[in-house]
Amino acid sequence: MKDFAALYRALDATTSSLAKQAALQQYLRQAAPADAAWAVYFLAGGKPRQLVPTRLLRQIAREAAGLPEWLFDESYEAVGDLAETISLLLPAPDEAHDLGLAPWVEQHLLPLRQVPAETLPAVLRAQWRQLAVDERLVYFKLITGSFRVGVSRLQVTQALATVAAVDPKRIAQRLMGYTHIAGRPAAADYGRLVAPESESERDQQTSGQPYPFFLAHPLNLPVAEFEAALGPPQRWLVEWKWDGIRAQLVRRGGQAWVWSRGEELVTDRFPEVQEMAAALPEGTVLDGEIVVWRDERVQPFAELQKRIGRKTLGPKLLRELPVVLLAYDLLEEGGRDLRALPQAERRARLDALLAAARHPALIASPVLQGEHWAALATLREQARARGVEGMMLKAQDAQYGVGRTKDVGTWWKWKIDPLSVDAVLVYAQRGHGRRASLYSDYTFAVWDGPQGAAERRLVPFAKAYSGLTDAEMARVDAIIRKTTVESFGPVRSVTPTLVFELGFEGIARSTRHKSGIAVRFPRMLRWREDKPVAEADSLQTLAALLPRTDP
Amino acid sequence: MNLVVARPEGLYCPPGDFYIDPWRPVERAVITHAHSDHARRGHRHYLAHTDSAGTLRARLGADIDLQTLPYGEAIVHHGVRLSLHPAGHVLGSAQVRLEHGGHVWVASGDYKLQDDGTCAPFEAVRCDTFITESTFGLPIYRWPAQQVLFADIDGWWRANAQAGRASVLFCYAFGKAQRILHGVDAGIGPIVVHGAVEPLNAVYRAAGVRLPPTRRVTDEGVDAALLRTALVLAPPSAQGTPWMRRFGAYADAFASGWMQLRGTRRRRGVDRGFVMSDHADWPGLLQAIGATGAERVFVTHGSVAVLVRWLTEQGLQAQGFQTEYGEEDEADAPPSQPAAAAAPADPA
Repeated sequence: MKDFAALYRALDATTSSLAKQAALQQYLRQAAPADAAWAVYFLAGGKPRQLVPTRLLRQIAREAAGLPEWLFDESYEAVGDLAETISLLLPAPDEAHDLGLAPWVEQHLLPLRQVPAETLPAVLRAQWRQLAVDERLVYFKLITGSFRVGVSRLQVTQALATVAAVDPKRIAQRLMGYTHIAGRPAAADYGRLVAPESESERDQQTSGQPYPFFLAHPLNLPVAEFEAALGPPQRWLVEWKWDGIRAQLVRRGGQAWVWSRGEELVTDRFPEVQEMAAALPEGTVLDGEIVVWRDERVQPFAELQKRIGRKTLGPKLLRELPVVLLAYDLLEEGGRDLRALPQAERRARLDALLAAARHPALIASPVLQGEHWAALATLREQARARGVEGMMLKAQDAQYGVGRTKDVGTWWKWKIDPLSVDAVLVYAQRGHGRRASLYSDYTFAVWDGPQGAAERRLVPFAKAYSGLTDAEMARVDAIIRKTTVESFGPVRSVTPTLVFELGFEGIARSTRHKSGIAVRFPRMLRWREDKPVAEADSLQTLAALLPRTDP
Repeated sequence: MNLVVARPEGLYCPPGDFYIDPWRPVERAVITHAHSDHARRGHRHYLAHTDSAGTLRARLGADIDLQTLPYGEAIVHHGVRLSLHPAGHVLGSAQVRLEHGGHVWVASGDYKLQDDGTCAPFEAVRCDTFITESTFGLPIYRWPAQQVLFADIDGWWRANAQAGRASVLFCYAFGKAQRILHGVDAGIGPIVVHGAVEPLNAVYRAAGVRLPPTRRVTDEGVDAALLRTALVLAPPSAQGTPWMRRFGAYADAFASGWMQLRGTRRRRGVDRGFVMSDHADWPGLLQAIGATGAERVFVTHGSVAVLVRWLTEQGLQAQGFQTEYGEEDEADAPPSQPAAAAAPADPA
């Protein structure tokens, strides 16, 4: 437990991925396999079922600390994290222990679910007496299910791969199902994670290994300069840029694997794609985008998110939010790696393959035509109405490269600008984690009448908390404190003085919002220090941005 | 009768006609200590502890009209008997004891209870009314013992020195820096200090505080090889400036009471946060208040509302005083930016 707490502290203290990688590897090399088994489980995102109801935990901790409720709440407000608050408030430990992570989890933590409420305080207090403050933080993070330490599953995969000297993608395959909610990983499970590759794993015919993804570069040029920079559009394969999940579908040895761009295996999340793979010949690898597809068109990313967030995919969800693969590249055909072929050739083979497969969950991403760049630019204006992010330009002669490279050909992403309005900050709330104690979460309003209208008021319409630098946020924080009108719990209303340009990806009418309008992915594009509050935008400006089909 | 009241200029003693740490220019000011939010410019007469003289003159001008007093010695002004008593905050820091008409009031200034060896340790002074600060007035603030703290700092420095990289420790130049110098194991390697720190070292040494030898980056012999094992003390304002470039791939840390919270630690953007404050922690505040025996308590800068409510619930007569000490309006709002000036202000 002490080593794991030290690892947590090391990971938490740094933002450098190199340092995190070093800390992870060092821990994995030294830890007992049983402890490493649990460490990987938690670090890779595994969460046991709730061990103690939060309300009960709060109450028992408060009583152990001997504090009135209001003072516990004040402390929580300042810290911004329940696990940390409790670990700081409990009396200092007066016993010691030398148990590793595994015995702590298996003998102390997991059994808590079976402890009746009457005896829970005594059991918990006995545990708390043994834990140092550092260990307590990790312990409470595990109990409250809020164990996050800025390490991605991919980073854990890489650390395991280095320690085991095994291909990271192989490790990713082995990690499938490892972080199951009812998982009880033991030393032997960890042993399997880091074992040398076996013969059967290595067999290319049956292996589920994907290819490294080829990534696009952003294109930020005025259309007038396209011809000079890129040549005529005929040199490019042009497609819509879909707002979904980039994925490779690997079909080999009678099985199918779906990999997301983070080289994360997501087969379980998309059973209809896995099923569709049966319609493909052996030895096929497709690259494309998984999207929710209904009424012959792509649905907003938020719909897809509803599925990603679910632990189990019921029949109702699968019926209401069906996904398809919009395929745009063919990386392997008949077991042969096609990546060195030119883009146009791969696309031709892809179209032939898709025509033969004829499956409703497999759709070719259409190729867009335009005589001149200006014509394509006009077509791109439909992007928002079509629910896509812009266009992709792929050189007709490009090979399929590795990562964000341009050495064997180029992919450009030509995205549309976000919608934006100038809005006024009216409420602020303190953030959590790194932003605890800082007013970092804001509610924005626009005027309900045009400039000059009598008695117009500010109507809140969106919340945003990203887009500012730390330095800007600190300045905004100071202004909020100076201009506070009222505090309600963690929220403050302020005298309107701050104007921000707010960007968002979509806008729709909403009966659930006071303003009558809902925006998607709002974020601060910049702080309009030049703009007085009276010149901020109004509901009319917002309404003008609504899609014309939206009544 | 109230011996101290809050006025727009600062805390005022009506019978004595003087102020304690006023923030606007006044005729007579009693200064508890030389940090910039307590010792301001422009007063006609200053009264402070003998050990504050050097810093006050260096900061406010050699020509200020300054009268000094040792701890425990009383003077009488307009019938008010005034004496200074150790506050344990920084060198020369004092609590102000006022006695008049049978009443005793004590204004704490800033204080801490731990004895760090660089200034006279805090002394509880019995009184009827106590005016206390509340910078860290929440039970989440509990300081580690001095030896635990220095074992941590030494361990960090030693590991960096072994890895061949400089250990840059950001800390306020007045008080905190000298406390670190006094407490670290100087055998680990050379110690280099920023130009804002060294003049204050001189003040401490002159007052008889033992500090290990220190060098400035411009001193002869301070080269890349030496810096690789060095402990470097610099004010927070040096973070992210070109001055840092000379240290190459260094490890950095920040010493402050606010480092108790993970959020502040991460926001500060350093490798390590050492929980070190020259203010009292929550148990320290309660212990100090209890030891005075005061029945009435006024709470200034920090978590005023929290401490007032807590003390009231413990049966004391407590209320808040509006002051302009510290840079922030709440104790739960640690400085989110490195202080703009190298001048020591709002040390925490």
